[in-house]
Amino acid sequence: MSDTAAQGTGRRAWYEPDAKLKRRHAADRRLRAYGVAAILFALAMLMTLVGTILVTAAPAVTQTMVTLEVEVPEGAVNPSDPRGGSYQKILNESVARLFPEVDTPRELRELRQLFSNGGQYALRDKVVADTSLIGRTFDITFPLSDIGDQLHKGVIGRDLPSDQRRVSDEQIGWYDRLVEQGRISAPLNWGLIFNADSRFPELAGLWGALVGSFYALLICFLVSFPVGIAAAVYLEEFAPKNRFTDLIEVNINNLAAVPSIVFGLLGLAVFLNFFGMPRSAPIVGGLVLSLMTLPTIIIATRAALKAVPPSIREAAIGVGASRMQTVGHHVLPLAMPGILTGTIIGLAQALGETAPLLLIGMNAFITAAPDSMFNPSTALPTQIYIWADSPERGFTSRTSAAIIVLLGFLVCMNAIAIYMRKRFERRWS
Amino acid sequence: MSVTLLFAIVLALAFVGYLLGRANASGLKAAGNSLHSIPPYHGYFVALWCGLPAFLLVFIWQAAQSTVVDQLLLASLPPHLTEGMTPARVSLMLGEIKNVAAGRMFGTPDQAIIDAAARYQSLQNTASLAMVVCTLAAAVAGIAFARSRLSPEFRARNRVDGILRWLLIVCSILAILTTLGIILSLVIESWAFFSRVPVAEFLFGLNWSPQTPIRADQVASTGAFGAVPVFWGTIFISVIAMLVALPVGLFSAIYLVEYADKRVRSVVKPLLEILAGIPTIVYGFFAVLTVAPFIREFGMSLGLSVASNSALAAGGVMGIMIIPFISSFSDDAITAVPQSMRDGAYALGATKAETIRQVLLPAALPGIVGGVLLAVSRAIGETMIVVMAAGLTATLTVNPLEGVTTVTVQIVTLLIGDTEFDSPKTLAAFGLGLVLFISTLALNILALQVVKRYRERYE
Repeated sequence: MSDTAAQGTGRRAWYEPDAKLKRRHAADRRLRAYGVAAILFALAMLMTLVGTILVTAAPAVTQTMVTLEVEVPEGAVNPSDPRGGSYQKILNESVARLFPEVDTPRELRELRQLFSNGGQYALRDKVVADTSLIGRTFDITFPLSDIGDQLHKGVIGRDLPSDQRRVSDEQIGWYDRLVEQGRISAPLNWGLIFNADSRFPELAGLWGALVGSFYALLICFLVSFPVGIAAAVYLEEFAPKNRFTDLIEVNINNLAAVPSIVFGLLGLAVFLNFFGMPRSAPIVGGLVLSLMTLPTIIIATRAALKAVPPSIREAAIGVGASRMQTVGHHVLPLAMPGILTGTIIGLAQALGETAPLLLIGMNAFITAAPDSMFNPSTALPTQIYIWADSPERGFTSRTSAAIIVLLGFLVCMNAIAIYMRKRFERRWS
Repeated sequence: MSVTLLFAIVLALAFVGYLLGRANASGLKAAGNSLHSIPPYHGYFVALWCGLPAFLLVFIWQAAQSTVVDQLLLASLPPHLTEGMTPARVSLMLGEIKNVAAGRMFGTPDQAIIDAAARYQSLQNTASLAMVVCTLAAAVAGIAFARSRLSPEFRARNRVDGILRWLLIVCSILAILTTLGIILSLVIESWAFFSRVPVAEFLFGLNWSPQTPIRADQVASTGAFGAVPVFWGTIFISVIAMLVALPVGLFSAIYLVEYADKRVRSVVKPLLEILAGIPTIVYGFFAVLTVAPFIREFGMSLGLSVASNSALAAGGVMGIMIIPFISSFSDDAITAVPQSMRDGAYALGATKAETIRQVLLPAALPGIVGGVLLAVSRAIGETMIVVMAAGLTATLTVNPLEGVTTVTVQIVTLLIGDTEFDSPKTLAAFGLGLVLFISTLALNILALQVVKRYRERYE
């Protein structure tokens, strides 16, 4: 086609185009330009989306920490029960030693606002791990609070008038003193991955959500993979052509197009209310996701089974295999790469699915990773939803960072799927 | 004992059954018999008889246990506790008993409650123990029964094939069961809703404020369930989304199929498809973080008042999400038009644009319309973008700069954090869900019909 067009332009030397032909060619160029513009618009939107997420996530790569010198007096902590000590008081005292001139209660409160609430737990865990520290003076490193973190990363503008920013002039002064003394550091933010959720952005992490999503996907895989293959094998290899199998096929195609939130309503009414399964538990989330993934896997498996040429089946049956043996020993193994590819893509979709998990309560506020799939938990996308809804500034960058973690998993899963398709795909000729 | 461990034990027993069955058959063979089926099939037969009934038993037990235990517990409560109580209060008390049983005490509970908690604990223990015993008994009995069937003439392979075939059928019926479950749960809960709020008021009422008073003496609205503003908001946002997605998707498909060379196509097409693979929660965050503030500032600079959760932001971002649907459906439809039709048009002197407009698009129209209908159904059912970026209050407006709410937003806000199932508020969510299910189903069926009925066949 493009050859004819090229020749057309080439011949214009001896052919004088009239106004009408010029108009027609202009219309052609316009349509082409619309196409280019549409593609550029779509790609620009993709770039903007990824770009803004990356830019907003950047501050969450590091976490601002402070190193304080604390003294744990002999009497403050009982060595036989080190968990019961009043660590907040010990920390407050060491902060007060650093800033002896701060004495009014209002100023003291503002000063403490610079330090994370998690400091006392960091100190407690350190003392519990090594009770010989009692009675000694040592250094401890723990996160600054959200406002301290934002100050360090320059997210809070110092030039703004003080009534418009979230930190007072005194707080900035104290923070600068800490910097001068070399007490501020900003190491990589491993807490974002390995901490559980928290109300305080500087302590909040994704571990609980990651474990919850892992359990949910595990259930989803364990249910939808065998069931999906079995259903597809029946429909493709065994089912007689009758109204019953037609009904099943229509059902599967329709299920693939049912909005995900309707599956959430199903999970709420059937799994939670009727069967009385635990609310917010990954097992329920996994079951709901597996019902959603089932059509994807069935459709992919049927396509993979169809691609296996009939000669394979005829040869197996010819040497005396039963139909079940034919499928089990020959057709399924040959179709397996295609099935696995479809399964991974289905699981990737399930990983990003949010709405049904909200309805079964996986957006609860839970500060520990679940021990089992029956415990309340969040999942990666619902954790993003919770953080996106939180008003603290620090959660904005953490939400973006969580999105990058989610997208990272999706990219990996899809890359594996594409690799498997390329590597194991067989062309039957 | 946890269910996972029980599963593992049953699996191990099934494996033992397999070994036993195979050994049996090998023994028969060694004794000089000629077997109908090879020994492993005897093993599979025993293993299936061991595992299947046991697993089935565990599933049924798990599904029924909590209900049965609750009933037993209620029956054993002293009458003064349950007399004259509403079902909601009874379930609250059950919750309290379970909390006490799990060691989470608030204040000092009634002595009767503590006793009930102890009884609940012992009932639970008995039930779990009984489940383990019954399951293991079923597994062992299965092995014994299956082994008694084994003989040289036994058609083990045919039996195993038969059982597997039934398993396959059961698995494919699950698709029907899912649909049935969706329909039943939506219809039953909606029925409860429509017995309190008339259908006509729900479908045609113009006032939507589902907040019902918590206490009887509270000064608040009694709740209004006229869903027209909610439906309107859904349609409005979907229309905005289609206004973005339709031209962009269609033009990019035309360019990719008819103008672009292979290299460009092989790069751009997967890039566009990435848009379809991004989870919707990411689009929602993008809308809140970037698009809504941008539209708001842009509108402000023109002197317009823009709501921070404007329909334009939510609809626009949803449109971006839908672009790949439209473009890939249109792409397929245009590619399916045979080359001879293009050649015919070119031979008559038509330019490329004229060929596309007057030959290819009419021929591809059923496919494109089908894709658009599917995309509309996708837009109506889309949840996370609108939950994050659209409004909560139901307003009847045609101004895209104001906030509107949608069916899916209302379902989520009505149900989040609410576990009670007897207020019209939570039941309304199922009414909305039923409408959503029916409308998306209708759109999908319509789309299939359009493609089927009007598709040109080129042979």
